[in-house]
Amino acid sequence: MHELSIAYSLVQLAVETAEQNQFKKVDALRLKLGVFSGVVKESLEFSFDIATEGTIIEGARLIIDEIPLKIYCSQCEKEYVLKKPVPVKCPKCNIGTDQILEGKEIELYELVGG
Amino acid sequence: MSQAIEQPRIVKIRENVLKKNDILARELRKRFQEQQVYVVNIVSSPGSGKTTLLTEVLTRLSPKFNVAALVGDLATENDAHRLEQSGAKVKQITTGTVCHLEAQMIEDSIKNWDLNQLDFLFIENVGNLVCPSSYDLGENIRVVLFSTTEGEDKPEKYPTIVNSADIAILTKIDLAEAVDFNKESFYQSIYQSRPNMKVFEVSAKKDMGIDQWIDFLIEERMKAF
Repeated sequence: MHELSIAYSLVQLAVETAEQNQFKKVDALRLKLGVFSGVVKESLEFSFDIATEGTIIEGARLIIDEIPLKIYCSQCEKEYVLKKPVPVKCPKCNIGTDQILEGKEIELYELVGG
Repeated sequence: MSQAIEQPRIVKIRENVLKKNDILARELRKRFQEQQVYVVNIVSSPGSGKTTLLTEVLTRLSPKFNVAALVGDLATENDAHRLEQSGAKVKQITTGTVCHLEAQMIEDSIKNWDLNQLDFLFIENVGNLVCPSSYDLGENIRVVLFSTTEGEDKPEKYPTIVNSADIAILTKIDLAEAVDFNKESFYQSIYQSRPNMKVFEVSAKKDMGIDQWIDFLIEERMKAF
């Protein structure tokens, strides 16, 4: 259960950004969450409400966009988005790869407010 | 009179939520590199044999190298006391309720250390196969431990930590037969999330595979500096 720690980091980052942009309130936060981020979406949503208490973010909506695993296969030299995170294999060549292009992010990428 | 409606603004950010940890980890990595300290971050579930293996590794490395260990637990200093038997410098990090170690905890723990005097630093993470995967500690390599007694499908259940690790160690290999451990399906479940991963098989109790693991570490350290 490290989602509460992640939620506090997320809120801290959002508060800093809101202040820099002179927001009086924040309506929504958009977060990219990779399937290989090690973060459970539901736990993060639950922790988010606790972490926002008493901050400018309180009451804002947390919108989570789940990012599937995107790999590069050096055999066929192509990129693939995998339907399931494991096995980490090229669906065409059936060869495993270490080259993960997307799917590990825990990234705050948008703040909506005014 | 028309009322001005304020449209909500959208600000693009694109920042890693764990940015602060990542920046600090990068600084730590730079310091370790400059002082030539090879850092190993060890993760596993509770009871897989991290402390037993580490005690053995510290004991065998100490005659030739300056070694130290940081050990993370929610509570107690028991593991630090066990590791101290090796004669190495050991410091316990008690995290309270936190289920993983963060770069800040590492920085705080080594504050008064002379890194110049160190060759190896081992970080025994909190026993947990989920949370430590998200936190970079500035290590050279991350090692994930699985024990034969946990069953062969453990790596399949925790693909994220396997993928985030560089090396896997299968511990308690002397018990493999007794617990009907299926090695082939263990390797398959490792390769599902981390193809071509290097795996060491060890038993600290029966002295199997430990020297190979140590030789590997010494070699890697030489390559790094």
